[in-house]
Amino acid sequence: MEEIHRFGYDPITCHTWNNNQSQLALSLNNNEVGIYQKSGKQWERSAVLAEHSGRVMGIDWGRTTNRIVTCGADRNAYVWTPSEDGRWRPTLVLLRINRAATTVRWSPKENKFAVGTGARLICVCHYEEENDWWVAKHIKKPIGATVSSIDWHPNNVLLAAGSSDFAVRIFSAFVKEIERRPEPTVWGTKMPFAALMYEERRRGDGWVHSVGFSPSGNRLAWASHGSVVGISDAGTVYTLTTSVLPFLSVLWVSESSLVAAGHDCRPYLYSVGSAVVYAGSLDVSTHEEDQGDLSAMQMFHSLDRLGAADVSTAIGTKHQNSVNQMAAVAWRDCVATRVSSVGTDGLLILWNTSSLHASLNSLKL
Amino acid sequence: MSKTVSTREFRKVDVDQYNEDNFQEDTDGNETQLQGPNETEVNNLIGSKNNVQALKAVVQNPVVGSRNTDTKLKAFRLVMRVLSVFKSSEIEAAVATLSASEVDLLMKYVYRGFSEQTTTTDNICPILLSWHEKLFAVGGLGSIVRVLTNRQTV
Repeated sequence: MEEIHRFGYDPITCHTWNNNQSQLALSLNNNEVGIYQKSGKQWERSAVLAEHSGRVMGIDWGRTTNRIVTCGADRNAYVWTPSEDGRWRPTLVLLRINRAATTVRWSPKENKFAVGTGARLICVCHYEEENDWWVAKHIKKPIGATVSSIDWHPNNVLLAAGSSDFAVRIFSAFVKEIERRPEPTVWGTKMPFAALMYEERRRGDGWVHSVGFSPSGNRLAWASHGSVVGISDAGTVYTLTTSVLPFLSVLWVSESSLVAAGHDCRPYLYSVGSAVVYAGSLDVSTHEEDQGDLSAMQMFHSLDRLGAADVSTAIGTKHQNSVNQMAAVAWRDCVATRVSSVGTDGLLILWNTSSLHASLNSLKL
Repeated sequence: MSKTVSTREFRKVDVDQYNEDNFQEDTDGNETQLQGPNETEVNNLIGSKNNVQALKAVVQNPVVGSRNTDTKLKAFRLVMRVLSVFKSSEIEAAVATLSASEVDLLMKYVYRGFSEQTTTTDNICPILLSWHEKLFAVGGLGSIVRVLTNRQTV
């Protein structure tokens, strides 16, 4: 069953989990980040990270190093380290951008992080010991518009970026000061910093809202504003045009299945093999369930006053407004068993994907 | 300060075109190859009352994304002609014969039809609305979103 948590009535723009899901960091469409601690079945706010002067656009929690990185519309990024008294100490990172930062992610080894910006570039930041600060390097060409979403490849070097110039690209974010040359992957062998390893530009599909590498890194998925889900399997592209509203977030839950959610307010599961196939929704509620008791007197009363018998404004899904972001919460044997989604309705919902996976496996044989 | 210069033409210059940061829309290179549906074939099929065949023929070789407005206008008029010969009861069966991309293409033409109603053409809005309803039943909200987001217009 799903767990539903409400964090007020403001939209939750971004969220992230710590390493054992005992703590949650999220932002309610303002310039603060709240750290919430699980106490029983409720979430209690244990700390507030308030340093940004603009809306917080992205948060990521480094699970092994226990550091949080945030980025905001004020063109800044902060790295927060926890101290013994439960407070978080911010370190400003100079990104040298003249537009807002839109999204931020720690690399898998958490020794660097990447920030997508509205300045048509990506900042890759790493820590420099001798000066005790974070240095930002820019990846510019050939990005032509705002970078809306980024995701790291498991090899800690390749970075996928989806942007508003209708393109999905994979760049190399190899920082020679902190790492060794990586092994070749399906996306190429030579990976100097800012090299464009792959590009897929589909003018007909609209802005790219979200990108994601599969757990092995050999597949890349994206969601476009034209209600299209696209997969590139090491260069071979499959797309699925959907008949629902566009998705804002895609998340791989195994090597061959992914969950997508967005303006349709419902997470959908897709199976990826030789083609992309719709495999059911995580949200199986129907409109009848949500109506509740409607007595005869209520019905005639509202007919008289408002001209309509049914005045419920709830829609037949668990989320009552668009889903902004999804995150994988728990993994078991390379399959994500629990997934969280946050929406514009102020809800955070935890979904179990294990039952759907079982039915997926029985389908595939 | 605004009266010190006698000529005022400089105020009409579009300064945004000189901004280096402007998003450069690139053009398709294959404009000459997009020809649109075969007009004679479609007209013959309409004449012989083969409405469903005419519909299939008119969605072949779509002229999307081209800057050749004449070809697009010709194709548009042809599509409107085909859509208007259908009776309301026949539309659903005809839509069932189309593929998903053809449904999307027709939805684009339906919206262009909505936006270009003039007094000289027949009033085809009712038939367009019926087409919209049947296409929506198959294509869903996604097909309408694609009409709005696809920069390659019809």
